[in-house]
Amino acid sequence: MAGRLPIIDESSRAAPRRRLLIATGAAGLLVACGEQKKAAFNSIDVTGASFGQGFSLPDFNGQVRTLADYKGKVVALFFGFTLCPDACPTTLLKLSEVARSLGPDADRLQVVFITIDPERDTPELLKNYVPAFNPAFIGLRGTVEQTAEVAKTYKAYYNKVKGSTPASYTIDHSTFTYLYDPQGRLRLMARHEIDAGALAADVKALLRG
Amino acid sequence: MSIPVLFRSCASTALLLISAAAFAQISITEPWVRGTVPGMKATGAFMQIASKSDTRLVAAASPAAKVVEVHEMTMVDNVMRMREIKAIPVAAGKPVELRPGGFHVMLIDLVKPLEKGATVPITLTFEGRDGKRETVTVKAEVRELGAGAPKGHGSMHQAK
Repeated sequence: MAGRLPIIDESSRAAPRRRLLIATGAAGLLVACGEQKKAAFNSIDVTGASFGQGFSLPDFNGQVRTLADYKGKVVALFFGFTLCPDACPTTLLKLSEVARSLGPDADRLQVVFITIDPERDTPELLKNYVPAFNPAFIGLRGTVEQTAEVAKTYKAYYNKVKGSTPASYTIDHSTFTYLYDPQGRLRLMARHEIDAGALAADVKALLRG
Repeated sequence: MSIPVLFRSCASTALLLISAAAFAQISITEPWVRGTVPGMKATGAFMQIASKSDTRLVAAASPAAKVVEVHEMTMVDNVMRMREIKAIPVAAGKPVELRPGGFHVMLIDLVKPLEKGATVPITLTFEGRDGKRETVTVKAEVRELGAGAPKGHGSMHQAK
């Protein structure tokens, strides 16, 4: 494998996109050549990613929260809104099942819900909504501008779609759950379709280190 | 003129009977609504719809919400999209499930929060292939906010 290293070195001068492609290819080769001694994650491994490096937003009690506040825990973060009929409650429900399955380690998982709808999701509403799934879950709400900014740093997509009345708009949004290890490094992105058991296995793997 | 009047009355009785028969062709099972917390202005309603003849769910109404719409949720490239749709087609003998992650009835501008255990009447309007409309009213059970799809459905396909 050592012979392939210069390719990676050379790639550092290439365009970022090409570099990523080459790195991905090299990683694929490493996996192919490895002895599969370590089981792959169920989620997408994004270890080393440059996006999603943290947040600084007020929670539903007005206290500003940052990723560093949760050092020593696995953080599961996702973007949503309370009027989302399906994806968001399903994800919160799944995360509450994951927390339950951790047993005594449940307090080593911090679920963070960032609203993409600060106009309708008031702090009071978030305070009623998020802990309804698990009292330890936290909801963050920035201004409209802060929300756009934080979503951008996570490469998270959302887009308001007009409804039949001005107040009944809905929001298309990406549904990944971002998982950080206890050292505060972004490690995994879980797809919406992942089930609670598979997600819990990933959280446990991150807790083991 | 009395005979035509009588005839008309008979005809309308017959029509009533026909629509009653058509009514019985649509059956709705397990209607439920996701409960809400104070401040939440909208939620989804879910159920299974079966019909003996081809029909379409074209409208819904409820005293619990000022606006009721028929929606479809889709997931494309990990992006959730929700759209109002004109109708949900229900083919004869092929039940359609309204469930989290797919079709649902959206209750918008709720009159008050919906607490677990309450029931919400929802009137559904169906339109058959002949263009005739009929309504069915169900009493949907309010489940908890964190309720998921019934067992055996939803995102349980990933084997461990």
